[in-house]
Amino acid sequence: MKSVVNCLLITGGRAIDPASHFDASADVLIRDGKIEAVGTGLKAEGIPVLDATGAIVAPGFIDMHVHLREPGMEHAETIETGARAAAAGGFTTICCMPNTSPVNDSATVTSYIVQRAREVAAINVFPIGAITRGSKGEELAAIGSMREAGIVAISDDGRPVMNARVMRRAMELARALNIPVIDHCEDLNLSAGGDMNEGAESVRLGLRGIPSASEDVMVARDLLLAELTGASFHVAHLSTSRSMAMVAFAKSRGIPVSCEITPHHFALTDHELCHYDSNYKMKPPLRQSRDVESIIEGVRNGTVDAIATDHAPHPGDEKMQEFERCPFGITGLETAIGLTLAELVHPGHITVGRMVELFTSGPAGVLRMDRGSLKPGSPGDVTVFDLTKEWTFDVRQSHSKSRNSPFSGRRFTGGPVATVVGGGIVWQRE
Amino acid sequence: MPAQSSSSPLAAGLLDLESLDRNEIQAILDRARFFKPPPNETYRRFETLRGKTIVNLFFEASTRTRVSFEIAAKRLGADTISIAAQQSSVSKGESLVDTLNTLVAMRPNAVVMRHSASGAPHFLARHLQIPIVNAGDGTHEHPTQGLLDALTILDRRNSLEDLRVVIIGDIAHSRVARSDIHLLSKFGADIVLCGPPSLVPAELADLAPGIRIAYDMKEAIRDVDVIMMLRVQLERQHEAPMAAGEYFRFFGLQLEHLALARPEAIVMHPGPINRGRELSSDVADSQSSAILNQVENGVAVRMAVLERILA
Repeated sequence: MKSVVNCLLITGGRAIDPASHFDASADVLIRDGKIEAVGTGLKAEGIPVLDATGAIVAPGFIDMHVHLREPGMEHAETIETGARAAAAGGFTTICCMPNTSPVNDSATVTSYIVQRAREVAAINVFPIGAITRGSKGEELAAIGSMREAGIVAISDDGRPVMNARVMRRAMELARALNIPVIDHCEDLNLSAGGDMNEGAESVRLGLRGIPSASEDVMVARDLLLAELTGASFHVAHLSTSRSMAMVAFAKSRGIPVSCEITPHHFALTDHELCHYDSNYKMKPPLRQSRDVESIIEGVRNGTVDAIATDHAPHPGDEKMQEFERCPFGITGLETAIGLTLAELVHPGHITVGRMVELFTSGPAGVLRMDRGSLKPGSPGDVTVFDLTKEWTFDVRQSHSKSRNSPFSGRRFTGGPVATVVGGGIVWQRE
Repeated sequence: MPAQSSSSPLAAGLLDLESLDRNEIQAILDRARFFKPPPNETYRRFETLRGKTIVNLFFEASTRTRVSFEIAAKRLGADTISIAAQQSSVSKGESLVDTLNTLVAMRPNAVVMRHSASGAPHFLARHLQIPIVNAGDGTHEHPTQGLLDALTILDRRNSLEDLRVVIIGDIAHSRVARSDIHLLSKFGADIVLCGPPSLVPAELADLAPGIRIAYDMKEAIRDVDVIMMLRVQLERQHEAPMAAGEYFRFFGLQLEHLALARPEAIVMHPGPINRGRELSSDVADSQSSAILNQVENGVAVRMAVLERILA
């Protein structure tokens, strides 16, 4: 018996599918959990209808960089709550970083996350495996078995591999397994003890700085190793002007590199830290306006492949401390679309089509996922969002378990309207 | 408990000098000068803050600042309680916010606070409804020290305008230097910063108008009116700025340096001084030294600040 919950007709919207260069008014028909057709005047008997008049109908958005905190830190977030926050932010697919407790460095942990997501997550969750055992940077994790169990990439996010030889071996293996290596590029010796970007603001506030060079030297190292090994290297949350220039240069030389940026790194600068508010404390730190300009230019000229949130939930008491004692990271799933519209689309830096690309075919391409498109036969995942409705983000209403967002109270113009996974509506704006 | 209703910009406390304007600083200095006793007399006692309670909460060791805040409060008639954090529930793992909330529940009128974390008083001020006086936060600011340094200069000069001041030493980790720089800059002084490069980052030049950076001590001291030495803060440095033994040779103040400065130039130091590390003994004890005047002025300045906040 076919379930009607896997079928949906989305009518009246503007369908944008960068993967097939499609942008026109069209209905989207999902049947049996897969895209069946995109076209005008589609009719389907006995199938639920979602009216998307005035909205954009896009392939399901993918956030390739989130922290779900399960297993081990369920007081901050769970797979269930993180997935719910993602759905409310317009995402149909998220990839979770391995810095859980225990670290996702084995097929056992990978299988647990996959199984748990199947049971409780409203959307698709794909794990990213650790590069090294315990993310300690010494010996390689069980990358092959994790690959079989379902990881889509490897990364020691947050605890980057400092030993270049270990990184080289990881890249060689990743190339053979056809998965990208995602690196949180940070030279831990240069950044040690730092709480914010190093510059005039850190000097003024008396906070210890994290120099841009701590990111840049690792991007440079990894680009050289990617060239050496032929592995696909993906720069996580790229935040500096020089790293952007190096990635653009490497791409022009044919080195297999890609990069993501976060909304907070194009929406904010280190000037925001003037009140020692730990909701502005994250890694990489908020940089300076010239870095923001480079990031936006990288989005415009095609250097940037994806927008990812680096959603990093922390419970309130951990962020209610002296600035230097607070952990790094902010939540981001529910504000990503609003911020991208506000900072990139509405000011005219990019088209809405380019925005959709950065959330769909861009990350799908990096991760070699058969997703992020409205082509018939693709998963029936759709993100419906609009460009005009005014709304205010209230972190107290967040679906995440944590409240560490600097964007609470911010007014947005346009945002997610409905999130469809496998033909089922998993979230809809009230 | 809401802050006292008052038109003073200090009604909510004193967190830093950067956000105070020149007029407000001048008013505090004028009032401090009023409180200063004639030579060889002690501070007069006032009843201005009678019935008020001030908690001195020191999360870092301090002698001169804590004692001077206590004397200042008592001379104004306030009751004071001093707490060294090592004795408090902080050592039992209580968070800073919880500690402060507990104290505030006992209804003091103000909290004077020193903490090793930059911005700790700013963080608390956003969450608590009580005036907080910053008695030094990490490597950020030490506003009352900046005020008493200005008062000390004014004891020997008519005005801060057109003064040339050199600050020498570990400026990166110095809360005193930041407060001094903000204050002096607001009054139009020329400020030269000098020390080893890792302790005097180039970005310091953007902190306020009128700042120049020099890495050569002799060049830095030439024609200055005031030499402010800073303590080498080994406890805040995470790596040596230069080879051991080289510091005093290149950045220690010695008697022959004084000849490069303007006649009558004064030497200051926030203390405690390390003789032979940042300045030689004969400089510390010389006629030029105003180090004890600084300590003396601490009480007057803190009386003026507490009065402005609480009266």
